[in-house]
Amino acid sequence: MTTTDIAGDTPIEPTLQMSGIRKVYQLGDTEVVALDHAEITVEVGEIVALVGPSGSGKTTLCSIAGGILSASEGSVVVGGEDITDYGSKALTTFRQNQVGFVFQSVHLVPFLTARENLLVVDEMGRREGRVARDRADRLLAELGIDDREKNLPSQLSGGQKQRVAIGRALMNDPQLVLFDEPTSALDTELGAQVMELIRNEMKARGTSAIVVTHDDRITEYCDRTVRIVDGHLAA
Amino acid sequence: MKLALRELVRRPGRFVTATAILTLIAILLMFLGSLLDGLIRSSTGAVRAQNADALVFSESSQASFLRSRIEPGLAATLEQDLGADVGGLGVVQLGARVPGNGPRDLANVALWGYELAPDGVPEPPEPGEVWADETLRADGVEIGHELLLGSARTAVTVVGWVEDTSYNGQGSLWADVETWRNVLNTNRPDAALADGVFQSLVVRSGELGADTTAAVVAVAGPDYIALTVSQAIDEIPGVTEQQTTFNQILGVTVAIAFVVIALFFALLTVERTALYGVLKAIGARSRTIFAGLVGQAVVVTLVAATIAGAAVLLLDLAIPPGSIPLYVSASRIVTSIVLLLVAAVLGCAFSLRRVLRVDPASALGSS
Repeated sequence: MTTTDIAGDTPIEPTLQMSGIRKVYQLGDTEVVALDHAEITVEVGEIVALVGPSGSGKTTLCSIAGGILSASEGSVVVGGEDITDYGSKALTTFRQNQVGFVFQSVHLVPFLTARENLLVVDEMGRREGRVARDRADRLLAELGIDDREKNLPSQLSGGQKQRVAIGRALMNDPQLVLFDEPTSALDTELGAQVMELIRNEMKARGTSAIVVTHDDRITEYCDRTVRIVDGHLAA
Repeated sequence: MKLALRELVRRPGRFVTATAILTLIAILLMFLGSLLDGLIRSSTGAVRAQNADALVFSESSQASFLRSRIEPGLAATLEQDLGADVGGLGVVQLGARVPGNGPRDLANVALWGYELAPDGVPEPPEPGEVWADETLRADGVEIGHELLLGSARTAVTVVGWVEDTSYNGQGSLWADVETWRNVLNTNRPDAALADGVFQSLVVRSGELGADTTAAVVAVAGPDYIALTVSQAIDEIPGVTEQQTTFNQILGVTVAIAFVVIALFFALLTVERTALYGVLKAIGARSRTIFAGLVGQAVVVTLVAATIAGAAVLLLDLAIPPGSIPLYVSASRIVTSIVLLLVAAVLGCAFSLRRVLRVDPASALGSS
């Protein structure tokens, strides 16, 4: 599926196109099929909820979309960049530039302040210096945690940590952000606030996102829901 | 690297144990090294000070001053044939009675008789006078003291100090050859030497340089051997054995430092697997993570080595001069630091495989 720009004449590439994705793990003599000919397209600025029970292949799908794992079969195109045959070095560079991650347990670096947790993305990858520092300050302000920039994660609330994690995911100005169970550690009210924030931030930037969850309440904040069971996708 | 250094600054408690253990190891390394240097200095100073292209001994002596006999006439022959400066040299080791000390409180001394002045030693003094090595201050020796040497209590008078000329752990006294021969013959009749006979010859031949030893043997014949100063040092009883033993201990100490660093950072790497997974997921390369690990090991080692260096210097100041042969030098401290740094980097290499194996996929789907 390909959309067009406002003028209607230039086709806009989807942010993510995964075609015929198959992922097979070898466990001794046994082959475990984690994904079986999965097809998914995420348009520019679209937020897709990926819902399924544990072990259904959600994380594997996200890992392949984010360039962490390679597919056994099929093709993956992110932001017009075909990463299907990328080796580990190329995938690392791809992750530095094209995708953002928000992990299930936030996983902030415990000895870095909120601001430094954003800047670690630059330190590990692009090394843009002042540009990165300015972007971190802007993100912290937009996420409403600029007054907590010098706080360590241990001095932040659950919601504030999640905001820092979102800021970190947006530091490299990605085309696609992958959220892995972003509200699983939060209560209902805080979870709703975080999802609202995620939606607003993604829409404001026109950034696409996949939100992995097994909580159906999350899906109302997304544009579309894709269900996955035993490695098979169903819209 | 910044990330790793921030961790060191903000979580110093995590590195205290490793730093403390490494500090103790570094102290041991520097102290033992300085002890070795002190022992070697105190054993070899008098020979090291010889400004010689060759030292000549009799062939059957195995380069022992006490056993060696150089017949009269050889010095003149060498001077004539080689155009070299040649001077007689001999030593006798005795107990010395020092004024003010008890009758059984003897200072162990090596009395040298010399014709060509070694480096740092003035020309031979008047008969009956000696230059004394400053280590003898620890035995109460002072300028103007009349020392009574050996069982015959032969008197010599101290007229000045010289530095770093100990021999076999004994402070040296430097006298003219007649004074030395008199003391030797009076106190050690079994080793007495006739006039003109020396234990060794010092040969200075600027032109021949490294070929001097071969030239000396060619002129002197098969009854004599000629050694360079460094060869003569190796022949001093116990020197090679001390060096070998201490170097083995130092090697084991460095190996222990390597194991400590390897184990500590291997454990730290295991503990950080989740963090490394996250960093790799957001684009960190393995080499960046490993460089941070090495950076931490280097800083921890430098901190430990600096504390250890300061501790050994303080120890050197605290220990009374002459009580133990400790010689703390900048080169020993720097060498120890370099060895520890090499051990630190190699110890970290132990964790490289584990860092490489951290899967960024572990960051996703883990809670």
